[in-house]
Amino acid sequence: MTTRESEAAAPLDLLDERLRHGGGWRAVARAGWERLRAGDVGPLPIVAGLVVIWTVFQLLNPAFLSSANLVNLLMESVAVGVIALGVVCVLLVGQIDLSVGSVSGLSAALTAVTFVNSGWPLPLALAAAIGAGAAIGWLYAQLVTRLGVPSFVATLAGLLSFLGLQLYLLGSTGAINLPYDSGPVHFAQLAFVPEWLSYLLVVAAALALFGAGHGLARTRRAAGLSARSTPLLVARSAAVLVGGVLAVRYLNQGRGVGWMVVAFVALVLVLNYALTRTAWGRSVFAVGGNAEAARRAGINVRRVYTSAFVLCSSLAALGGVLAASRLAAANQASGAGDVNLNAIAAAVIGGTSLFGGRGSAFSALLGILVIQSISSGLTLLDLDSSFRFIVTGLVLALAVALDSAARRSRAAHGRA
Amino acid sequence: MSVVLSLRGISKNFGAVAALSEVDLDVAAGEVVAVVGDNGAGKSTLVKVLAGVHRADSGTIAFEGAPVTIGSPAGAHALGIATVFQDLALCENLNVVENLFLGRELRRSRLDEVTMELRSWELLRQLSAKIPTVRVPVASLSGGQRQTVAIARSLLGDPKVIVLDEPTAALGVAQTAEVLALIERLRDRGLGVIMISHNMADVRAVADRVAVLRLGRNNGVFAASAVSEQDIIAAIVGAVPVPEDHRGSDDDT
Repeated sequence: MTTRESEAAAPLDLLDERLRHGGGWRAVARAGWERLRAGDVGPLPIVAGLVVIWTVFQLLNPAFLSSANLVNLLMESVAVGVIALGVVCVLLVGQIDLSVGSVSGLSAALTAVTFVNSGWPLPLALAAAIGAGAAIGWLYAQLVTRLGVPSFVATLAGLLSFLGLQLYLLGSTGAINLPYDSGPVHFAQLAFVPEWLSYLLVVAAALALFGAGHGLARTRRAAGLSARSTPLLVARSAAVLVGGVLAVRYLNQGRGVGWMVVAFVALVLVLNYALTRTAWGRSVFAVGGNAEAARRAGINVRRVYTSAFVLCSSLAALGGVLAASRLAAANQASGAGDVNLNAIAAAVIGGTSLFGGRGSAFSALLGILVIQSISSGLTLLDLDSSFRFIVTGLVLALAVALDSAARRSRAAHGRA
Repeated sequence: MSVVLSLRGISKNFGAVAALSEVDLDVAAGEVVAVVGDNGAGKSTLVKVLAGVHRADSGTIAFEGAPVTIGSPAGAHALGIATVFQDLALCENLNVVENLFLGRELRRSRLDEVTMELRSWELLRQLSAKIPTVRVPVASLSGGQRQTVAIARSLLGDPKVIVLDEPTAALGVAQTAEVLALIERLRDRGLGVIMISHNMADVRAVADRVAVLRLGRNNGVFAASAVSEQDIIAAIVGAVPVPEDHRGSDDDT
């Protein structure tokens, strides 16, 4: 009976005497520090990198952190950010898609041809473009899972083929303009959230975060497990609230928060939920970590690969539509140049491992902010794309080096 | 004792190689059967047939008296045959709870983490497992702890038979003892245990019966309490069994 009583004092999952634990802030801080030392760096290097980049560019050009530029920077981030979100999915299962740029370009061309030239209704044109993306992803998945073609070769072949298809669709003129008064162009250029609603969204996000955390903590406590303390949850939500309100207030000094940005953030949150809170997400991480183990656990590995490739190409197609809408045109340069590498770089810079099984939907968001900040900063300094390519390439190399180093450190500290 | 799983005349060919020919094996509830044999004796193939990874070319499998076919890993699991492979097949990037419930998560569209964690603890307690926390990646656990997690995972589906492929091969002394104690607890729970092993000491420590495979064929089944290590090794290497009354004579001369 005495053991019962002493067990009742400590949560069920903290009974082992080898666990060093304590309540409250210090325990949280120490756990965080130990994770960091073990190479489980999380989003810290990327946030630090963002601060450095913003400081440097702000010193070089005071217009960089102006609200007008930041509004623009966010709007410019969305298209490639959406593509990067898809890249996160394929990277998580330990594969890669090198053709996202071409697929986005093809989808832009397809939208323009069907919507403008053939006069299809908008929903049908969008469905055709994104459906084509899904079909491409399915095709890659068949090549990879049934024929055993390495994904980088399959998608490299796709890169060239779909670029060709894009050029063919666009015809001899090589460009098709989208009408300025059409829905997509309005959405990508002019649709901003009313100021009051943007504050309301921030408050709702903070409340939802607290509600979810509190609900989880309550069920865990009821089940006799350890849980985050309420003050900690309040502090986390308050931080989101304050940060969000300040950001929104600053952006509203310019044109405000674009609906496109809100949609992107919502997409990130949805994918984050799917990856962390559903069985599908669990299987994605399992396949990326150890595909054979996942197969023996009864997971249909082929279906998981297929879902990742389909999701990636569909999001690439969606990104292509958004890019064309932003530009109000689809042309031969849609999805060409650095779009491909920027999307992959964004996912990796944001902390999704190239080796599979590690990462998060938020890495697309953080990564694209870094990429777009560099791009915007260099543009403000009147440096052309040659510099942008060089700097982005270097940042990508740095991010991959960091990923590899962190992986080695995790292995040494037994954190996988 | 009631026989749970019974194999009769199981054969499996890979091209021209007969990995298993006409193999028979029985395991009863609450019994540990050790399957021993040299490299290439067909032990791993037998495990894979039981696990549904390979399908036998011929022969019959009866589970609780009824003839069955094991067509896939999921099919084996549905029958009540759980297999723990030598490489454990754990995802090192996932934590203990995630690994235990991999492929059979509770509430698939909104994971019930709390119940899964509770049931993990319950299971690990039942096995007297020494795992400090279930929210660490499996990569940070020791070999014995990983073996425990793999065995615990195989118990989640409430199997009747559990197949362990070389459960102690990669373990130190203390961890081996831990796993052998675990195997005894499995037997006490009324499971039929098939243990593939190279290690004679381990076999004799926990097995009730020892089935010897040699070159893909049965080469004798012994009661573990009555057989000497030499007899098992003789059966493994295929030496002609030496009659009892001649054995001492070499030493005498």
